[in-house]
Amino acid sequence: MPDLKLLDAEPTEAEREAIDAVVGAEPAGSDRVVRSRPRRHLLLPALRAAQRRVGWVTAGALGYASRRLEIPPADAYGVATFYALISLEERPAEVLHVCTDLSCALKGAVVPEGAVPSPCLGLCELAPASLRTIAGERPREIQIPEERLPVHGDKLLRRIATGEPYGELRALARARELGPEAVIAAVKASPLLGRGGAAFPTGLKWEAVARQPVKPHFLVCNADESEPGTFKDRVIMEQDPFALVEAMAIAMFATGCEKGYVYIRAEYPLAQRRVQDAIDAVGIDVELRIGAGAYVCGEETALFQSIEGHRGEPRNKPPFPVEAGLFGKPTVVNNVETLVNIPHILLGEDGRDTRLFCVSGDVARPGLYELELGTPLSQLLDTAGAEPAKAVLLGGAAGSFLRPDQLDLELSFEAARAAGVTLGSGVVIVFGEDADLVSAVLRIAAFFREESCGQCVPCRVGTVRQEEALHRLASGAANGDERAVLADLTQVMRDASICGLGQTAANAVASAIENLGVLA
Amino acid sequence: MRITIDGVTTEVDGGTILDAARQMGIDTPTLCYGDTLTPVNACRVCVVELEGARTLVPACSRRVEDGMVVHTDSERVRTSRRMVLELLGSSVDLSTAPDALAYVDRYGAEPARLGTPPAPAPRIDNDLYVRDYSKCILCYKCVEACGVDHQNTFAIAVAGRGFDARISTELDVALPDSACVYCGNCVAVCPTGALMGKTEFDLREAGNWREEEQAQVDTVCPYCGVGCTLTLHVQDDAIVKVTSPDDHDVTRGNLCIKGRFGYRYAQNR
Ligand SMILES: Cc1cc2nc3c(=O)[nH]c(=O)nc-3n(C[C@H](O)[C@H](O)[C@H](O)COP(=O)(O)O)c2cc1C
Ligand code: SF4
Ligand code: SF4
Ligand code: FES
Ligand code: FES
Repeated sequence: MPDLKLLDAEPTEAEREAIDAVVGAEPAGSDRVVRSRPRRHLLLPALRAAQRRVGWVTAGALGYASRRLEIPPADAYGVATFYALISLEERPAEVLHVCTDLSCALKGAVVPEGAVPSPCLGLCELAPASLRTIAGERPREIQIPEERLPVHGDKLLRRIATGEPYGELRALARARELGPEAVIAAVKASPLLGRGGAAFPTGLKWEAVARQPVKPHFLVCNADESEPGTFKDRVIMEQDPFALVEAMAIAMFATGCEKGYVYIRAEYPLAQRRVQDAIDAVGIDVELRIGAGAYVCGEETALFQSIEGHRGEPRNKPPFPVEAGLFGKPTVVNNVETLVNIPHILLGEDGRDTRLFCVSGDVARPGLYELELGTPLSQLLDTAGAEPAKAVLLGGAAGSFLRPDQLDLELSFEAARAAGVTLGSGVVIVFGEDADLVSAVLRIAAFFREESCGQCVPCRVGTVRQEEALHRLASGAANGDERAVLADLTQVMRDASICGLGQTAANAVASAIENLGVLA
Repeated sequence: MRITIDGVTTEVDGGTILDAARQMGIDTPTLCYGDTLTPVNACRVCVVELEGARTLVPACSRRVEDGMVVHTDSERVRTSRRMVLELLGSSVDLSTAPDALAYVDRYGAEPARLGTPPAPAPRIDNDLYVRDYSKCILCYKCVEACGVDHQNTFAIAVAGRGFDARISTELDVALPDSACVYCGNCVAVCPTGALMGKTEFDLREAGNWREEEQAQVDTVCPYCGVGCTLTLHVQDDAIVKVTSPDDHDVTRGNLCIKGRFGYRYAQNR
């Protein structure tokens, strides 16, 4: 029998170097290292480094990474196969990932031969978009297109819109004058609700962590932004990274965090560089972590699992992150847009409560729009030059479709809730007269099926059965039971899934059927 | 702490909703929960309705808090449990999963309306046990038993994602090439027959597995000095399977390769 034991597959010199650059060089003369502290959290960075060096993760690289980090190879294999952007199959050094998601499909995206289809790349205002990954001695990732559009807004987006450079860190200085308790009191007194989707009051979250006697506390900035149609956090990180880093410094100061992490999706190379540069310039203890292609890792507890070197499987809550988050310690997790509100709150110069909206699809002026909460959607659509719309998808794949007669909706948390919809991550995708809504619905169903972590039955199997029923309806092969099946699936996924992914996987689909009459 | 379940209020000291329900004699279905394993709360067949919660909650892992009001047999609960079973039955061969089959009956689940499970796909790569992942419900029990909960061998893990998630060795190598030490503790916890001793597998293939006729005899393992209790499952005067009681304070249901599989000598008379 051939010797297949994984640990015997040797890495190449290049792979060894790439992995050593992450985990440290191997002490000479022994391969059983006495470990001082668990280093499992370096697994994903090590696999990523090996892949960026040679294009994919070979058995030798996987075996070497697991040996160096003392992770059982089966376990490391489980982690590596979780992430869509880690390839365990040989492939060329250069790979083109072509977005086939909602906004790019509206702009006629095609996948050329040899390229791989990708879910939303967060470049929706520039659709059709793609990402070229180039492995080698000088690995790099190139976002296509590379140009950037002007933004529309005058509070959070003011500096980007005017091109004004970032000045002194006045808000951080102000925070130090005030002291942690007063900073938290100011955030609590503000109307700030989390912008990552769940709309939780930020001040309460900060206070809960600050009060925890268990130490250390961690801050995690959630910059995984993978909700189809969302690109706001990318624009901030690319064009105003100091705003984010200053806000993180304030959050850490206020909540007693020893260390911070910012988890940026792999598809955002420019944002990664800009944020790293800003971290270095400000000199705070924040580590940049890079995703590897998994929407679910935007779910806060999956994100912790991912940083810790595990598969990105959401944890059951409670316990909540404020009590037991990253590495089991009290953790503040906030979205990028949430955080960049903080300096404004402390400086108190502009009290308007604004929100960022990511407008794409059939509009003349796609891009990022900052609006005061309560602005009617129709006004935003006019400003962006929307075509007469057949439908608007609000809130992303986990959001809902609106009919043309529903577009006067006020964009506020309360109005959205009253209308039974969600602003989600601020997604506004316009589907013009010629748009193919059936394809859009099928694409959303496929997205959830592909992105389910697979942990719980309602979502793992439910997203597959949902997509199958929709395909039967779309292809005229219906057996008559589809509506009942879809209704039952909606209920079990909402009620019994572990995390928000499964709980919302039927939202947009159900709204398309019920509200637009698509496939009804 | 006080908790009200299905209209009856009781006093408990901590524990989970499942513990409280059991204490009150309420039979709650479970598949991924095991008395000797850390709850992974993945199957969701145990969900109950907790007043004030947006979604249903898993009874097996949700800790009791003072004043909780819980419903275990509401329409919402029954629908989710029935759907979980339909989803499983439509994607997994449950023919050797007695608990799951009983729940399918109890909740009137009709898996066939959602799809048909895959054909059997036994992988026979060693003489001691057979793996057939067409029967796997991904309850994670085997992974936990092989890992920190019991054996600390870590030969298997969940690989892949979504519907493609599966139990696998590194790079899917055959068991003899993996770290597996054949303790069979995964076989002992598997609730579906996806992991099955070779003797049982062969007898089933031959149509000769007659569980109702089998006698169970407890004895002490003859191999080393630890003194594990063995339960010998005997059919036609031959040992066909060896287990150890879950509530045994030394084994907690676990054995090593010798105790679990080293029974043939007893028959080579
Ligand atoms: C499937 C899923 C994906 C998510 N993706 C993101 C994301 O990309 N960015 C984000 O900030 N929050 C995301 N969230 C929400 C986070 O779990 C969490 O609520 C948020 O980061 C908290 O920050 P906030 O209070 O500032 O909004 C996601 C949630 C789910 C269920
Ligand atoms: S709902 Fe889906 S993504 Fe969330 S834990 Fe369950 S399987 Fe994973
Ligand atoms: S093989 Fe058995 S124990 Fe392991 S996950 Fe599948 S059903 Fe559970
Ligand atoms: S980049 Fe293609 S849909 Fe977002
Ligand atoms: S038994 Fe509770 S989730 Fe499986």
